[in-house]
Amino acid sequence: MENNGHEHVIEVTDLRRVYGGGFEAVGGISFSARRGEVFALLGTNGAGKTSTVEVLEGLASPTSGTVRVLGHDPYTERAAVRPRTGVMLQEGGFPSELTVAETTRMWAGCVSGARPGHEALALVGMTGKADVRVKQLSGGERRRLDLALALLGGPEVLFLDEPTTGLDAEGRRDTWDLVRALRDGGTTVLLTTHYLEEAESLADRLAILHEGRIAVTGTPAEVTATQPSRITFELPENFFVGDLPPLDQLGVSGHEVDGRVVRLRTRELQRAATGLLVWAERAGVELHRLDVRSASLEEAFLGIAREVSEKPAPVQERVA
Amino acid sequence: MSTAVTTPVGRMAALARAEMVLFGRSKGTLVAALFVPLTLPFAMRSAVEELDLKDAGLSVGLVMLPAAIGFSLLFAVYSSLVSVFTARREELVLKRLRTGELRDAEVLAGAALPAVVTGFVQCVLLAVGCTVLLDLGAPSAPHLAVLGLLLGLSASVTLAALTASFTRTVESAQVTTLPVLMITMLGSGVIVPLELLPDRLASACELLPLTPVITLVRGGWSGDLSGTEALTAIATAVAWTVVAVFAVRRWFRWEPRR
Repeated sequence: MENNGHEHVIEVTDLRRVYGGGFEAVGGISFSARRGEVFALLGTNGAGKTSTVEVLEGLASPTSGTVRVLGHDPYTERAAVRPRTGVMLQEGGFPSELTVAETTRMWAGCVSGARPGHEALALVGMTGKADVRVKQLSGGERRRLDLALALLGGPEVLFLDEPTTGLDAEGRRDTWDLVRALRDGGTTVLLTTHYLEEAESLADRLAILHEGRIAVTGTPAEVTATQPSRITFELPENFFVGDLPPLDQLGVSGHEVDGRVVRLRTRELQRAATGLLVWAERAGVELHRLDVRSASLEEAFLGIAREVSEKPAPVQERVA
Repeated sequence: MSTAVTTPVGRMAALARAEMVLFGRSKGTLVAALFVPLTLPFAMRSAVEELDLKDAGLSVGLVMLPAAIGFSLLFAVYSSLVSVFTARREELVLKRLRTGELRDAEVLAGAALPAVVTGFVQCVLLAVGCTVLLDLGAPSAPHLAVLGLLLGLSASVTLAALTASFTRTVESAQVTTLPVLMITMLGSGVIVPLELLPDRLASACELLPLTPVITLVRGGWSGDLSGTEALTAIATAVAWTVVAVFAVRRWFRWEPRR
């Protein structure tokens, strides 16, 4: 495979995965990730993230569709793919009675071109825990051990299934820094997460999965741009929504009233906010609990989940 | 960073080394695997001496030695491996190992290695011990005994993997291992030699998975086994291992049920 820095390291085409009982966990999705890119799969529990990643990791074969990792089928051409990938599963997977050092040594014996175990442990700040049994580690420490083992062979492709679940804020930042450094070194990272902040901060591109389908994909900025910004405030005493300036003139695309609280949605946040504030100034009223915010990934995420569940046929926006 | 590429042997050795450490730390498994096979033969010695062995052309030693090897295969290898395979699956260790370069067969073989080595050493010690203490004399067809032991080890490992496929927790392994344990002890000539059973029952029992092992080991010492009998026993043991391998490939669970 040519190494021009642009090839697709991960290619997923029309992937479907149906379980024994007939449940369709993944319903025909396509996406790709380039070398040196962090690609995030986002979704609620049961959206199909892990079912997708398991096929990419080569743990399961797709029901239909094709998956290529580094140009190979990860399930049938396992020997060609495994020495070049690192995997961190969503949950543990280490004998609880082994120490951290023993676990690392065992794993290093199974990885081609493994770096020294203490070096991998140092990467994730676990050097001081080498002689501690796995059962005595905290949830966050187990995640870090798992990450160290995924990094042992210096993988070209790294699969991280919810890598920061159970980590404290500092541990999360450390992991993010590490992932960024790996990306800068040319590692391709496929990440699943339900922390939207994590996807926003780390991902070069992302896809939001909902009920086994890709609801939207793009850069975090592109995905966020699909959603309107919001203005929320409390109506002043003796005022009604009708007393506000005509909403379409403010560039407001929709509104909701909940008791005295008004929520406006707009794609022209500055125009809408200015219009509203100028009106308040002239009317001599104060808008309590005023909150003006541009769309975040979180709102995009919630908005998409809502939209898709209302519409049976989701819009599939594909970015090649 | 070295560029060493792993080999199947190297990977299994790394896994086996870790399993050996775990074996040493699991007191329950340790006792069951080391203590039971060494004490059971002594517990049954007086009962064996009561049996009417002369007419069947047997001696106390010719009953005790295969029995000891049978207990070793059942307790040091078979039931301890059912626990190991089940515990590793429930801790998601098997799933994690499958994400790496280890192939499926290597995962199971590597995890099984410490128990297989333990069983092998134990069988050799028991054979020497029985030979010396029970006046057995040197085996007249040692190759049959060795072959029987090797077939017994492979059958025990594959049957353990198959049993683990249907075992949800380490605790329930105490129940799921009972059928193989009981049937083998009663029907495979471990406690009661098949020669003392009614003919029809004995020929049915010859088809059980570990019967050929007992037959070959006993025949290896007595030298009474005809070529046809030996070949039948070998074929039966190989057939069981092949069937068990297929069944494991079909039914083995690499992840806990959710």
